[in-house]
Amino acid sequence: MLGPGTSWYLALAGFLFGTGALGVLIRRNPLIVLLSLEIMLNGGNLALVALSRHWRNGAGQIFALSVMAVAASEVCVGLGLVVAIHRRRLALDVDRLSELRG
Amino acid sequence: MTPVLAASAGNVLVWIVWVVAAFACVGTGIAVVSFSNAFYSALSLIGNLGSLAVMYLLATAEFVAAAQVLVYAGAVVVMFLFVIAYVGPRREVPWAGGPAWQTIGAAVAAGALLVEIIVAVGLKAGGSLSHTDHVGGSFGTPGWIGRLFLADHLLAFEITSIVLLVAAVGGVILGSHTKRGGPDLPPRLAETQREAETEVAV
Repeated sequence: MLGPGTSWYLALAGFLFGTGALGVLIRRNPLIVLLSLEIMLNGGNLALVALSRHWRNGAGQIFALSVMAVAASEVCVGLGLVVAIHRRRLALDVDRLSELRG
Repeated sequence: MTPVLAASAGNVLVWIVWVVAAFACVGTGIAVVSFSNAFYSALSLIGNLGSLAVMYLLATAEFVAAAQVLVYAGAVVVMFLFVIAYVGPRREVPWAGGPAWQTIGAAVAAGALLVEIIVAVGLKAGGSLSHTDHVGGSFGTPGWIGRLFLADHLLAFEITSIVLLVAAVGGVILGSHTKRGGPDLPPRLAETQREAETEVAV
């Protein structure tokens, strides 16, 4: 196996997941929260791919592709929500969108 | 050049590419989180996804790398850029949102999550991650993925298609035009319109 071992990949994946979590926690613009969510999902994908190679098992890569499809769906619905919020002229701020009254 | 030397030269090359991609990945990830303009965040996400595609290539996942570039950089980021352009520019200071204790608490929570991941992975798999495995030549190629998807993981494949269909329907419903005015106007919008009318009257 050429290059860095699995633990390096896992360390990077963990760092990416932490970065994304930080973004989700501190940002208030829902668009940037969605972008940070993408980083979290990509960290998970990197861990899946690295462990798939480590155990010589293809299920990890299949799982990574499924995660990609779910991420695309999540972006589709999330951006639809952002557009709907914008159309109703509510503030694009997750702190101020804390009630479900419309 | 002997095979051993060639293998070690290849190893060094892979390491160099990996380190460059890792730094690009970390830098653009931090940039996504800390840019105040959502447009720049989305542009840095492209860099993050591209360097992750390089990572996948190094980890013998060629098909996943190709799908990453096509699905994420090709479709998801374009959708993000369209919505950001539609919503319009709005600036936000990333580190000075609410009270200071909230920001500090969020940073501590994210750090605790990172430590928890490292500890969990280290305890669970620390010993077994050091051995090296050699994967076959066809590992990660599109043909291999296709065989795997349509033979062993057919159910996952079909469920993925249903998930995508449901998400597409949901996106259409959420984004469809509602009637302007009339009784089914949301209360806040009605308030805004009333305020606007009062201003005009004044």
